[in-house]
Amino acid sequence: MTHLDSDPDRFTATLDDREDHAPGDEPREAAGHWVRNANTGLAFSIVLTAAAFALTIWPVVYGPAIPVALVVLAIGQMGVHLVFFLHITTGPDNTNNVLALAFGILVVFLIVVGSIWIMDHLSYNMMPMDQTMQMQR
Amino acid sequence: MTDTGLPASVAALRRIREDPHRLGHRPHDGREPVQGIGMGTTGPAHKRIIVGYGFWIFLLSDIVMFSCFFAAFAVQRNATAGGPTMAEIVDLPRVAIETTALLLSSYTCMLSFAATNARNVLWTQVFLFLTGLLGLVFVLLEAWEFYDLASRGITPQRSGMLTAFFGLVGLHGVHVTAGGLWLATMMAQVLVKGFRRHIIHRLICFNLFWHALDIVWIGIFTVVYLIGSLA
Repeated sequence: MTHLDSDPDRFTATLDDREDHAPGDEPREAAGHWVRNANTGLAFSIVLTAAAFALTIWPVVYGPAIPVALVVLAIGQMGVHLVFFLHITTGPDNTNNVLALAFGILVVFLIVVGSIWIMDHLSYNMMPMDQTMQMQR
Repeated sequence: MTDTGLPASVAALRRIREDPHRLGHRPHDGREPVQGIGMGTTGPAHKRIIVGYGFWIFLLSDIVMFSCFFAAFAVQRNATAGGPTMAEIVDLPRVAIETTALLLSSYTCMLSFAATNARNVLWTQVFLFLTGLLGLVFVLLEAWEFYDLASRGITPQRSGMLTAFFGLVGLHGVHVTAGGLWLATMMAQVLVKGFRRHIIHRLICFNLFWHALDIVWIGIFTVVYLIGSLA
């Protein structure tokens, strides 16, 4: 028997033969590297979450700026999760993951901003409900 | 990868095994493949990559679905119809505990996968169990919140804002519950089957799912609870 007949997975399915990186996967490093990575991510997350809650409880900045600050903190924390927990990087082995993420963010942006924009204008321009009821009588 | 020593039929067989659909555009004339030209000279991607990437696409579509619920809440945020406003129903300490539980569960989930990559069954199971426990704390707190609100007459049919609120937070809660069932399944599979290739692929997908849920929760606690409690 030649080596060709022994194992169908021989060439295509070795456990660690990776040229791209799947999101959430841990590229080949020592285990300690990924534990440190998780610790860093957790530390960043705790700081950002604590800042968001603190800003809500003790409004130390200009009032109307607080929602904007909270959104910025949330986006920052999502970035921390993407980098430290989902291992999305800028490396060439991550291009597909980043492009898929970019498309996802585009769709999310269109849905959320588009809905708020259109519906708020609609609400602003709509006749008050009692007048609408009057006209229907 | 020199095939010069092999008969033509054996070389052909090897080629088919390496790249059955010729996705890699490997020069099939026995010459060495040209390295580093971005032509996929190593053949189709490893299944570990394809499975993880496919699940990533699914998760992004899931996040798009969540964004529709976010948009609905943002549009309906002031449509209280004379009922309670968001600021009146937010219980910040409970939200803080929920957030802590979910964040720590994301952390232990990642540690479990670090243990998986080190092929350590015990620590994988320990961290998966902790992840599940923290997820359970989260789901119970959320169920308590919904029960608490309902007992005060604050239900989805009260106003447009509450419909959007229960829809968004409830959808996330259902995801976490489903993730918990998946987690229990994975613990059983690791116990019975060990670290087989496809089990590890499933663990990658589970990790992705759990972290994505935490990302959605960041959006919820910021937009719904924190900003809602300001108004």
